[in-house]
Amino acid sequence: MEYILIIISAVFVNNILLSQFLGICPFLGVSKKVSTAVGMSAAVAFVMGMATCVTYLLQNYLLVPLEIEFLQTVSFILVIASLVQMVEIILKKISPSLYQALGIFLPLITTNCAVLGVALMVVQKQFSFGGAAHMLNLGQSVVFAVASAIGFGLAITLFAGIREQLELSKVPKVFKGVPIALIVAGIMAMAFMGFSGIV
Amino acid sequence: MVLSLGSICLVCSALLGIANNVTAEPIAQATLAKINDKISYVVPSYDNNPSDNVTMVEVDGTEYKVYLASMSDKVVGYAIEVAPTGFGGPISMIVGFDAENGNIYNTAVISHSETPGLGDKIASNEQGSFRDQFIEMNPASNKLSVRKDGGDIDAITAATISSRAFTVGVSTAYKVYLTLIGNGDADVVSGASKK
Amino acid sequence: MTKLKILTKGIIKDNPTFALVLGMCPTLGTTTSAINGMGMGVATLFVLILSNMVVSAVARFIPDKVRIPSYIVIISAFVTIVQLLIQAYIPSLYDTLGLFIPLIVVNCIVLGRAEAFANKHNVIDSALDGIGIGLGFTLSLTVIGLVREILGSGSAFGWKFMEPYGMLIFVLAPGAFLVLGYLMVLFKKLTTKKA
Repeated sequence: MEYILIIISAVFVNNILLSQFLGICPFLGVSKKVSTAVGMSAAVAFVMGMATCVTYLLQNYLLVPLEIEFLQTVSFILVIASLVQMVEIILKKISPSLYQALGIFLPLITTNCAVLGVALMVVQKQFSFGGAAHMLNLGQSVVFAVASAIGFGLAITLFAGIREQLELSKVPKVFKGVPIALIVAGIMAMAFMGFSGIV
Repeated sequence: MVLSLGSICLVCSALLGIANNVTAEPIAQATLAKINDKISYVVPSYDNNPSDNVTMVEVDGTEYKVYLASMSDKVVGYAIEVAPTGFGGPISMIVGFDAENGNIYNTAVISHSETPGLGDKIASNEQGSFRDQFIEMNPASNKLSVRKDGGDIDAITAATISSRAFTVGVSTAYKVYLTLIGNGDADVVSGASKK
Repeated sequence: MTKLKILTKGIIKDNPTFALVLGMCPTLGTTTSAINGMGMGVATLFVLILSNMVVSAVARFIPDKVRIPSYIVIISAFVTIVQLLIQAYIPSLYDTLGLFIPLIVVNCIVLGRAEAFANKHNVIDSALDGIGIGLGFTLSLTVIGLVREILGSGSAFGWKFMEPYGMLIFVLAPGAFLVLGYLMVLFKKLTTKKA
């Protein structure tokens, strides 16, 4: 039951992009076409899930017992960077077309604040999904991470759809490009605010 | 190649180790100061260090932290930490009980994720704000729930959930308090039992 | 490029927020008030200067293949140091900025400058570049924070001049996007006129 609450919370209520502001750079950069948006989200979901799993174990079985928590930021980002490198190599082998389509954005997943952000959140924040506030365990953390990535994918895909339409509409010259994208994002964020209080 | 990356990692780790040692003490003090600040707000004047007199009380399967404040070795107040689920996440709060008469001395919010302008009024220390009604309240003769639920607490307009959550926190703290004194608190400071 | 040029281009012409559209996450997440925005900007400024200088100094010793991971380790080390210092000496800022402090590591600005400028220039120039870009970032964050604070909380730099709250939406998520979008349009209008 709690897993369902985690998923609803991460995808809608506390959408990683529209209410936590993590992952904005690729949001503005990759969301021009729906197909690239979907591909990007899948890659991010995979990296996020695996990264959170590894960093969770790293934190609880290495950093805390050895009292070297101050190496958290450094070790976490190294884990993420290595995972992205791995995904790149694997993707090149299995699906060269997707690899080509994602292009520069694949290595950029490393600097995607959402990945590091979620990894840090599960080891730092206390959550209260319909119960007392507590830290998440490994299973819940991974579900949270993947659900957050789904929320990211949802927002990015919806956004890409709107942007494809925007290309064909009459937008005042100064607004073209990033400004109008931001305003649309603001309206989307307003819409997602309607989900608050569900969980 | 691996050597250069490896040596960079080593140098950085060493630097961080030093930085950590230098800042560990101030960080610990800052964290302590923060909680001590809240404790002094919710219980009567004391001369001990409540952070050194902590006892854990279990109610309904959850453990709660209780800070004992005392003056001249006599317990004057209990500061109880609770974390009810609010609208936007857990509300970390502390409720202080006057040891003399069992009334709520005062309450404080440590951290919360409630909506700014609405739910976050639970953290307001201004005159006439939500938490004012809890000052010197007798928990035994007042129903600790919002009026909507048949209780005696006035909720914040348009922030019922946050108000409800805070009130739940207060009533949980009261339960902890009762459990603590009901068990005859072998209190750490005076060694005397309150039975 | 003259030293003065390096220093000042980051403030307006190459302003990371409005011109280069980098570092969006902290821009939207920490600008709920002018002070918060300024605090975030200054923290990033420190990391920028330090990492630019170190990267510039060691760039020639690092093999090309491990270039990016090495820069990331160096940057993350400085971010951790800044994080520890803020936690120890300015705990209130640490609480407000929260998760965004360690996220300076993945702030595209920092890695971007290391990659685009610092590894090709000497230490002094890289430091100046860091200062310029950092100041530009701090300026834009403070401005955005100020606008959101005035519109959303009726205060400026913590000084309340309007009671009660203004338009709440501006200190919440959507407000961040909207204010940034409109300020960007304003910036474009002002800078293209000058050219």
